[in-house]
Amino acid sequence: MSIYAYIFTMALTTYLIRVLPMTIFRKPIRSQFLRSFLYYVPYACLSAMTFPAILTSTASIVSGAAALVVAVVLAYRGKSLIVVALSSSAAVLVVEQILKFFL
Amino acid sequence: MKQSEFTQGLTRGLPVGMGYFSVSFGFGAMAAAQGVRAWDAALISVSNLTSAGQFAGLTLIVAAAGLWELVLTTLVINSRYALMSLALSQRMGRDIGVLSRLAIAFINTDEIFALAMSRHEKLTFPYLMGLGALPMVGWTAGTLLGALAGEILPVAIRGALGVMLYGMFIAIVVPAARREKQVLAASLLALGLSALFAWVPALKQVSPGISIVVCTVAAAGLCAWLHPIHEEAAV
Repeated sequence: MSIYAYIFTMALTTYLIRVLPMTIFRKPIRSQFLRSFLYYVPYACLSAMTFPAILTSTASIVSGAAALVVAVVLAYRGKSLIVVALSSSAAVLVVEQILKFFL
Repeated sequence: MKQSEFTQGLTRGLPVGMGYFSVSFGFGAMAAAQGVRAWDAALISVSNLTSAGQFAGLTLIVAAAGLWELVLTTLVINSRYALMSLALSQRMGRDIGVLSRLAIAFINTDEIFALAMSRHEKLTFPYLMGLGALPMVGWTAGTLLGALAGEILPVAIRGALGVMLYGMFIAIVVPAARREKQVLAASLLALGLSALFAWVPALKQVSPGISIVVCTVAAAGLCAWLHPIHEEAAV
């Protein structure tokens, strides 16, 4: 299948989610369960997408684990999004350089 | 001299645009590493303007998954935008018409939504367009440059750049999990389930989209049932 079929499908689905509540369904969501569910969705899906995939996303599981630890520690200390992202990336480069000496 | 509404929006959106640029650079590098051409990667970004949804979509494209699976995964991951659009829609009031709303809906990302809702003055169409302009440019340009760089850089550097996207996800989840135990519970539950899908032999055959959907719906559903959020907290 062409990659454009995927891109179009994905873009259309995303747009409909955003546009329908702004134009057609304009009533507030009253169900507390549904509101709570939507509140948790980003955290649950980002967690599931990050772990364990981050471990296998680099050349070695050791550097992937280093990226995970560095990012979690810096994010816990309240560092900004860019600092966390760049530091985890730097951790991968440093650890892979160190590993070269041993392998 | 008083700035126009559009310029005020641009100024407020600039930091988000810069943030998007650096993170989408990671998305572009990752797309290139998986064999997606640079312009196609940029097309994904300009037409979707969403981080997690695009990233899951990329995984499914690479896995050559079915389109229905792509739709289902996108619906679940991006479902939060429905709530944001509803809230923003009510905040905008009746002065902003349907045609303007068609454009505003397109740029309603987590960060732009947060900025729009935090404005004290009335929301106007030019202000919201200004707010969305630089994030959109940053997100698309970052993806394109990241993908072009990814095509020429050595594998080790590509891997390191790709990790930035996970770093961003972690930077979103961890501070919220630190503040609220329920978010921590949802996060741990989801990543535990995700680990099962990755490591248990019988579950390894499950395709990536379905695995993300199951982990997300199960963790968010269980937490919503056990710890419903009270009104002020939920958006």
